[in-house]
Order: sequence, then C-alpha cells, then structure tokens
Amino acid sequence: MALESDHDLARDREWSALMAAAQDGDRVAYERLLREVLPFLRALAARQHRAPDRAEDVVQDVLLTVHRVRHTYDPARPFTHWLAAIARRRSIDALRRRGRTEAAEVSDERAYETFADPRAKQEMEVRDRAGGLGPAIASLPRGQREALELLKLRQLSLAEASQASGKSIASLKVSVHRAIRALRAQLTGGER
Amino acid sequence: MSGATERLIERLAAEAEPVHRLRPPALRAALWLLAVAAVAGMAIAGFSDLDVFTRRAQDPKLVLDMIATLVTGITAVLAAFELSLPDRARAWALLPLPPLAAWIATSGYNCYRHWITVGPDGWELGESTHCFRFILSVSVPLGLTLWLLLRRAQPLAPARVAAVGGLGVAAIAACLLQFFHPFDVTVMDLSVHAVAVAIVIAVASLWARWSQGRGSAAAPP
Repeated sequence: MALESDHDLARDREWSALMAAAQDGDRVAYERLLREVLPFLRALAARQHRAPDRAEDVVQDVLLTVHRVRHTYDPARPFTHWLAAIARRRSIDALRRRGRTEAAEVSDERAYETFADPRAKQEMEVRDRAGGLGPAIASLPRGQREALELLKLRQLSLAEASQASGKSIASLKVSVHRAIRALRAQLTGGER
Repeated sequence: MSGATERLIERLAAEAEPVHRLRPPALRAALWLLAVAAVAGMAIAGFSDLDVFTRRAQDPKLVLDMIATLVTGITAVLAAFELSLPDRARAWALLPLPPLAAWIATSGYNCYRHWITVGPDGWELGESTHCFRFILSVSVPLGLTLWLLLRRAQPLAPARVAAVGGLGVAAIAACLLQFFHPFDVTVMDLSVHAVAVAIVIAVASLWARWSQGRGSAAAPP
C-alpha cells in the first residue's frame, strides 16, 4: 500500500508518533490512535466482507492483534504499512475460516437462541438436573469447552472472550457452534 | 461506532503497558548466528577430527558445498526473522533460494561424480544413518532456540516463518556435519541429507501450525 499523497504521509507520521508514544505506555495516545485508525480498518474490512457484522468482527480481530504485536512496530518505518499488513492477514484468516465452516457445516441460527417455549426449557432443566450436561461439556475438546465457558457460561462478549483466550472472534464463533452441535448430539442420543 | 468495538478500544487502551520494541531483525539474526557459531566452534574444537577435515577440505567441491549450505542457513535465518514481522515483504522467503539451488547443484554434482566412480554400490546405506541422526539431533536444539526468538514477534503466518527457519537450521546442521563426517559422501548419504532437511522443515512448519491452532502463537509477549 503506497502512501501517495501528502495527506497520507502526514497522517502516517501522526499515527507513527502516536504508536511510538503508545509503546512507551502513553494510554491516551494509544486510545486516540485506535479511534483514528478505525475508519481505515473498516474500509479495508468492507472490501472483503460484505456483511457488516463480519467486517466488524475482522476490525475487532485486527485491533486485538495490533494490541498483541504492538512491540513489533518500528517507528522508523511507515505505520500504515504495518497496520494494513495486519488487517490483510486477519481478513484473509477470516475468509479462510468462513470457507472451511461453510464447506463443512450447516449453519443453525437457533443454536444461539435460548428456549422461547417454557416446556422446552423445562425439558432442558430436567436433563441438567439429571447431570447429563456437565459430563457432556467435560467431554468436549478443550477449545470448544473453553469457548462455551467464556461465551455462554461467563457470558463474555466475543471481543472479551477473544482477548481472554487469545483466539480470534471468528474462531470462537466456530468453536461455540461446534460445541453446541456436539452437545445437542450427545444429549439427544445422536439426533440432529 | 459499534458499542462492542468502542468498549474494546477502551479496554485495550486501559491495559496498554509499556512494551519493549523488538530490535532490528538483522541484528537479532546476527546475534543468534554468533551464538550458534560460538557453540559450534567449541564442539568442532573439542570433538571433530580436524586433520581428516583439513584433508577432505582440499577438494574444492566440498568447500563449495559447505559454502552453499552455510549461506543457505544464514540467509534462511535472516529471512525467518524478517518474515516474523507483520510488515515485511513475503519476498524475503525467496532470499535463501539461490544458495539453496547452489547447494542442490553441488550435491547433485557430487552424486553424479560418485555414481560414475563407484556405480550402484553408492546406494549402500553406509554411514547414512549417522548423517541422518546428526542433522536431526543438531536441528532440534537449534530450531527450538530459534523459535523462542522468532515467536517473540508473534508471527501472523507462523507456518511460513517456521518453514524458512527450519530450512536455516537444517542447512546449518548439514554444514556442521562436514566437520564430523570423516569419509566421502555416497549417493545414499546425500539422499539422506535431503530427507533429513525436508523432515526438519516439515516438522517445524506443522508444529507452528499446531501451536497457532492452540492459540499459543497468539499468546501475549
């Protein structure tokens, strides 16, 4: 990504100075930087992800990655290149994950819903009391169990869960989806 | 602004502790290579038969082969450090290819020469298992120490970084092997070298992919 205009160059210098200050622990500069780069990141994400919620997931993933790897930025080099490289990588990761998920699974939005019908809720509670859910959760693979615990039991937001686990938002969504599908299969004796 | 993104920015800013910037990748690569050179120098002085090596080193083809492996190792390690950073061009992965081509060419020529002089007997296993064990057993500690340094950058594409780094450590191991290899290479030896190098690259790459899947590559510094 070339810095073509004087405006681009001036903006890059400003962002670079803010990041250098952030690396030294200046939280105000860091917050200002993250807010200023947001439109840039959203524009990049929107080029590859039509659905606004997916694009926003990618933006949040990029912000988390920037936070984790901020020690790798060299203030002598253009900040925009560094940021755009991270955004491109996270965007490609999201596209790949989406491709894998859509190729292998059937999406079921109901999996994310709680039970509206009280009878269904009662049935679920009976099963819970029978002790089936605990062992079923315990039998899940570690990644799925962790995603389920963070998002459904501790009720963290996707961004919070991503920060806590070090996994991307898209990866957490896939893990929860798989976990719920596996639990449903276990608790209904393999029925789909 | 989405509420979740807003809250995320506030949280990240609130948690932003000062960080130590990574030193330039070329400097980090040079420091690692110097440390390896120091340890290798002591091992060569203590355990190799330098008289035999000096005699074998009269053959310019061996010297060319060693230079090609050493340059492959150095360039691959440098490329791995560069590639571990987010904003470095992927073209860095091409840097070790010319010396790698020279390494393959010199090895191929040595194979051909050996085939002409020895014939099918060159396919005997001979000391090949020694070479195989040497390359793998030297590559493991080299690879682990290299990965400890590379992962400080939390590479966005760890498999690529590990594959290039794996080529580097395997090439350095193959170069060091010549000091502990008091006999002429056979066709089988050279094939075994190639297989050992391929195994190191494949294992490094798969391991990086696996550790990324477990989230360790994304762990905080």
